[in-house]
Amino acid sequence: MSIFVDENTKVIYQGLTGSTGRYYGLLNRDYGTQVVAGTHPKKAGTDVDGIPIFASVADAAEATGATATCIFIPAGGVQGAVLEAAEAGMELVVCITEGVPAHDEANFFNVLRRDFPGTRLLGPNCPGLISPGKANIGITAGHIAKAGGPVGIVSRSGTLTYQALYELQQKDIGVTTCVGIGGDPVPGTSFIDCLEAFEADPETKAVMMIGEIGGSAEEEAADYIKHNMSKPVSSYIAGVTAPAGKKMGHAGAIVSGGQGTAKAKMEALEDAGVRVGQNPTEAGELMAEIVAGL
Amino acid sequence: MDLLEYQGKQFFAQYGIPVSDGEATGDVEEAVAIANRVGYPVVVKAQVHVGGRGKAGGVKLADNEAEAREHATNILGLDIKGHIVKTIWVEVASDIAEEYYASFTLDRSAKQYLGMLSAEGGVEIETVAEENPDAIAKIHVNPAEGLSEEACRAWVAAAKLNPKATEGAVDILMKLFTAYVEGDADLVEINPLILKPTGEVHALDAKVSLDANAMYEHPEYAQYDATQPRDEREEAAHAKGLQYVGLDGSVGVIANGAGLAMSTLDVVNQVGGSPANFLDIGGGANADVMAGALEVINDDKNVKAIFINIFGGITRGEEVANGIIEAMGRVQLDSPIVVRLDGTNAEEGRAILKPKLSDRLMMEDTMLSAAAKAVELAGN
Repeated sequence: MSIFVDENTKVIYQGLTGSTGRYYGLLNRDYGTQVVAGTHPKKAGTDVDGIPIFASVADAAEATGATATCIFIPAGGVQGAVLEAAEAGMELVVCITEGVPAHDEANFFNVLRRDFPGTRLLGPNCPGLISPGKANIGITAGHIAKAGGPVGIVSRSGTLTYQALYELQQKDIGVTTCVGIGGDPVPGTSFIDCLEAFEADPETKAVMMIGEIGGSAEEEAADYIKHNMSKPVSSYIAGVTAPAGKKMGHAGAIVSGGQGTAKAKMEALEDAGVRVGQNPTEAGELMAEIVAGL
Repeated sequence: MDLLEYQGKQFFAQYGIPVSDGEATGDVEEAVAIANRVGYPVVVKAQVHVGGRGKAGGVKLADNEAEAREHATNILGLDIKGHIVKTIWVEVASDIAEEYYASFTLDRSAKQYLGMLSAEGGVEIETVAEENPDAIAKIHVNPAEGLSEEACRAWVAAAKLNPKATEGAVDILMKLFTAYVEGDADLVEINPLILKPTGEVHALDAKVSLDANAMYEHPEYAQYDATQPRDEREEAAHAKGLQYVGLDGSVGVIANGAGLAMSTLDVVNQVGGSPANFLDIGGGANADVMAGALEVINDDKNVKAIFINIFGGITRGEEVANGIIEAMGRVQLDSPIVVRLDGTNAEEGRAILKPKLSDRLMMEDTMLSAAAKAVELAGN
């Protein structure tokens, strides 16, 4: 099994008519994802390489039975796009777009939590998720992921998500689902949401968690693992050598006031029984040891 | 994007928050004219992006024109922890009865806004939090609901300010919340928020940090962006739209994605080297971006080797490879390059680089081996 998506998930691409949306929408379709529709308010009735375009998510969902969307539209339009998808009853909204204002994120996260509890938002500013061999929604290069489990991956960083998949593939270890939750201050889906889903998924036997400096999401995940998880976890935290007070690219990645250091996160994870690597390769090696011992 | 005090006060004033009458200037005679206009005594304050300016002699009280001139002369050009004072803020001095603290920021754990209010202002809030945590009244505000005046009033009551300050504090906090949300701020902080003997409440200082992602909604924020403290390398990178942070080492680092870039710094350190910078070329980086990144790294005289670490998602391997080759044609690179390329279209990218490999351009299979090679070349 996989978490959140599988081969039956039908996906609408909001922004399929744009150059990036088109590129990844078609790549995702080639991978095997059921890319059933795109949306554009003024281009209803046209198509992108055979994929029909509808005026709205509601129209596209009604015509295709889709339950998920993937958002590839500019930052200023993201808030409207997320709420439109939620109002259309989408169960999963994957937002790839980066650079969304933090107040927009804080607002739509809380509107979803209050009014649309059935909608799971992933991102913004995330690479999406891939259930290898079943579905790939977002910008992950599909060929770097080996299908079949037993490992689930959750990561705050896009490129480190790929690195984690790649490390496991090199060791011939398969993945059930790999979720990139994104590096923004208010991610729609948290580490804990993913850990909970992996814990409940019978095919996932172990989890690899990739974190980074800033905030306290890794510490909260460590607390969750300590008290609620039976499955083994390996981890890596990026930014051990990052200087305090400097934002390292991601809006969320900053060590400030002594908070959010990689060291504190690694200690919290180790205290929860997680095997913590010093770099992505080492985290992959630790996972190989865990898998060998299953 | 951190604002200077005077910018923060002007930002507050736009939302109706009372601040002291004053103006910013970089000129001594203009400072004297401002002082004469607002009336003595005045405070002359250095405008720098660093704390501790009071201790460094960057904040002075002037009772008359001669003192105002003397202080302005001394403070302009002053070096405060490596920041040279180019601008001073001259404002009318305030009578202070009591000093409070107020702020709004995002509580990332709760995914809600967090307001903090304390009757113990004028000192670092971290110190209050440590020594007397009960002295800070906290309020969580749901971003989808906003702050009601009723909730604000209860919050002010919980902070146990002087009852005389209640109405003024509620008024300022409601405005501060509006400034925080509508102004797309990451942080708004007033410390101290003062109660004057006359009963008025007033923002005596302003600490504001704005969300750079929201600049498209606030074109006027370009003025704040222009005064951000950046070294020469950071300025050049910023002009090219690159996410760059200057460091002290000898291995220039270019990576795609913030996580991989941070991880690259970690790995360079682990194999015994020292990175010269953090540089994230982001998603969808094309040949121009790569060429620009190499130019910035090449201008850093400390750099002895360059490590390009790319794992393509949005970024495509052939674009990276073309960018490297184009940059090598465009710029006389002083340092050898070690490339590690994986992910989307990595094969195509490697095929483009292969015929060009030399002792100036090398390719390694893994992140660790590439880091080791770059560190070796840098002579660490």
